[in-house]
Amino acid sequence: MDIGGIVLLSLKVSGVAVIGTMPFAFLLAWALARGRFPGKMLLDALVALPLVLPPVVTGWLLLLAFGNNGPVGRLLNDHLGFTFMFRWTGAALAAAIMALPLMVRAMRLSIEAVDRRLESAARTLGASPLRVFWTVTLPLSLPGIFAGAVLGFARSLGEFGATITFVSNIPGETQTLPIAIYSALQMPGSEAAVTRLALISVALSLGALVLSELLARRFHEAKGRAHVL
Amino acid sequence: MSFSVDVERQLGDTHIAARFEAEGGITALFGPSGAGKTSVLNMIAGLMRPDRGSIRVDGTLLFDSATGVSLPPEHRRLGYVFQDARLFPHRRVRGNLLYGHHLARPEDRWMSLDHAVEFLGIGHLLDRWPATLSGGEAQRVAIGRALLSGARFLLMDEPLASLDRARREEILRVIEAIRDEMKLPILYVSHDRAEVDRLASSIVLIGE
Repeated sequence: MDIGGIVLLSLKVSGVAVIGTMPFAFLLAWALARGRFPGKMLLDALVALPLVLPPVVTGWLLLLAFGNNGPVGRLLNDHLGFTFMFRWTGAALAAAIMALPLMVRAMRLSIEAVDRRLESAARTLGASPLRVFWTVTLPLSLPGIFAGAVLGFARSLGEFGATITFVSNIPGETQTLPIAIYSALQMPGSEAAVTRLALISVALSLGALVLSELLARRFHEAKGRAHVL
Repeated sequence: MSFSVDVERQLGDTHIAARFEAEGGITALFGPSGAGKTSVLNMIAGLMRPDRGSIRVDGTLLFDSATGVSLPPEHRRLGYVFQDARLFPHRRVRGNLLYGHHLARPEDRWMSLDHAVEFLGIGHLLDRWPATLSGGEAQRVAIGRALLSGARFLLMDEPLASLDRARREEILRVIEAIRDEMKLPILYVSHDRAEVDRLASSIVLIGE
């Protein structure tokens, strides 16, 4: 069992999942925090859905949509020659969907926490709405955005059900840490491997959480703000 | 400088209406709490849209419901000093002071950072974070920030309300100096009669 390869694959899948999801998560968080539109409650519920749905159902839905016979999957395959099926990119997509609710939630809270009166003050000082966004709203919500990214990363590292349903268990391609642990558990005499993989999992997740907390603190040391977790 | 304000706005159960002409100096908008004095300032600043009316400053039309003119706040060239200083918590004092200064067109800037710092006596605060300032210090920085943005006039919303007696006197002197030395017109909201009598050259009653 190639433990180094498994860890690297997991980090790659989670990293790509989080970086790819960031812009969408931020737009959704912004719409939910600031927007007023019909169907907002429905959008809110849809974003949160992967959190409460059995992961195997999320995986199956991904299979329906992005599988080679699914509407999106066929389109991608016909026009771009690209497929998620049985590829690490599919594992990243599954991880992204599962991480999305956590990321949106953290970002939304931090956007909602920005004092709108500071934005008004900036307007009277000559800033256009776009400039207010870049110089006031975004910097003030950065800790939450970082916290959301790190939480999403930690969630992605642990993703199992949707991934194994969607892209199966292929060593070197879709066999991430949790799936490797599951596989090892099926084989007699692999307790040592399971222990090692599990310890690495604990270390990575703990590291991610501590990192997000440190980032948030460092950011607001001088500004008298509380931590974000 | 002349102001010509005639605005109305329904806000929940409160009907806010103000109609006045004013020249330079300090014009106090005076009246009981909840009468909508702050809303009138917000309408002049462009932060709240009147249901009806017009706002003209020195011949420039800032708002007119009849013709649909409504300049956004960033083009009204005013400085707004709020009751709670509203400094940007993620910028040091220097960054706060220069925020509007950098956004103003060079020909609109009439005060330098050095001048403002000396005028307000805040040189020792430049590298501090807003969270570490006292109420009086924060309010002086907020006034400096408004002056440095190239404002043609100031709006002040109860700038002394959250200060203790000693700090009040300090800020009152600063406001008098802006009136007498800089000759900058100020629309000043207050519910404190003594404050208004001391500062204002004319009084507009709101909500009577």
